[in-house]
Amino acid sequence: MSAPSGSTSGSSAADKAKRERPLSPHLQIYKPQITSVTSILHRATGVALALGLFVLGWGLIALASGEGSYAVFKDFWGSIFGMILLFGWSFAFFYHFCCGLRHLVMDTGRMMDIKGMYKAAYITYAGALVLTMGTWIVYFACSGY
Amino acid sequence: MTMKWTSGGMKSPLSRARGLGSAKSGSHHWMMQRVTAVSNAVLGLWFVWSVLTLANADYAIVRDWLAAPVNAILMILFVISSYYHAVLGLQVVTEDYVHCEGLKVIKLMGQKLLYTGLGVACVFAVLKVAL
Ligand code: HEM
Ligand code: HEM
Repeated sequence: MSAPSGSTSGSSAADKAKRERPLSPHLQIYKPQITSVTSILHRATGVALALGLFVLGWGLIALASGEGSYAVFKDFWGSIFGMILLFGWSFAFFYHFCCGLRHLVMDTGRMMDIKGMYKAAYITYAGALVLTMGTWIVYFACSGY
Repeated sequence: MTMKWTSGGMKSPLSRARGLGSAKSGSHHWMMQRVTAVSNAVLGLWFVWSVLTLANADYAIVRDWLAAPVNAILMILFVISSYYHAVLGLQVVTEDYVHCEGLKVIKLMGQKLLYTGLGVACVFAVLKVAL
């Protein structure tokens, strides 16, 4: 995007003043803040989960199609590569889950001040981490590792 | 309540026909995103827990699990709730990022058709296992 252009003629002082004018909050030049990062992560994880629905579809259809199809599905997602992807999706789910709850709370008008926003964001991060780690600890404990 | 959730009264004929973007059918969309958010929260936790306990199980065990009425019903509910929520969410993302009107319409249609198709296939798969 080009900066809004005014008159092209003028002294260097005017040029300097023009250069130092505050720029609009465009993504590439805007300092990331906890509010914007929390928000964009909710969107990113939402899109990731939407893609994950294809995995859910694959699993259900494989299960209905028979033992062979299910074995292909299970081998792929049980591999190291598959598990790394699933780890990512589990974090995406729990982040989106916590941040979604934060959305629902804020929709009622609560926590809308700066302090509340920070608190809600930190609760979201902590909740996502704890739930993701807890899930995988349970998984590895149950698999006898 | 009904009046609040239906749209169209304040629109020009063109915007009603196009039915896209902000303030066109926004309040219903917004509400349904929240309704499905709540159902996704509950069903999603059930789903994660189920996957966790079934991850290492054999084919026959997983099949029997899904064939149990409670699990089949919860799975169908989760499929409907999550696919609907995803279509609503992706619509907003596409409206925000795809600026060419023609591509936007094509993409919104593509997303809806794809997710509706796969969602129906999922429900069919569950029924095939359970019935
Ligand atoms: C499990 C499957 C899920 C999928 C595929 C999914 C997907 C999405 C997507 C793609 C969006 C749009 C993101 C955006 O506009 O920035 C979204 C928004 C949203 N999601 Fe989810 N989500 C899921 C689960 C959940 C859960 C469990 C909750 C609540 C606890 C939730 C709460 C929300 C809310 C409140 C919004 C609206 C945010 C806004 O208005 O900006 N979602 N979701
Ligand atoms: C939400 C974030 C996404 C963005 C910003 C995005 C962006 C785009 C863009 C710019 C195009 C090209 C425009 C066009 O050909 O219509 C496209 C096409 C496409 N996208 Fe996405 N996409 C997103 C998510 C998804 C997801 C989750 C799916 C899941 C299936 C998807 C499926 C498709 C398909 C099938 C096409 C080509 C066919 C069509 O136009 O409908 N997209 N996307």
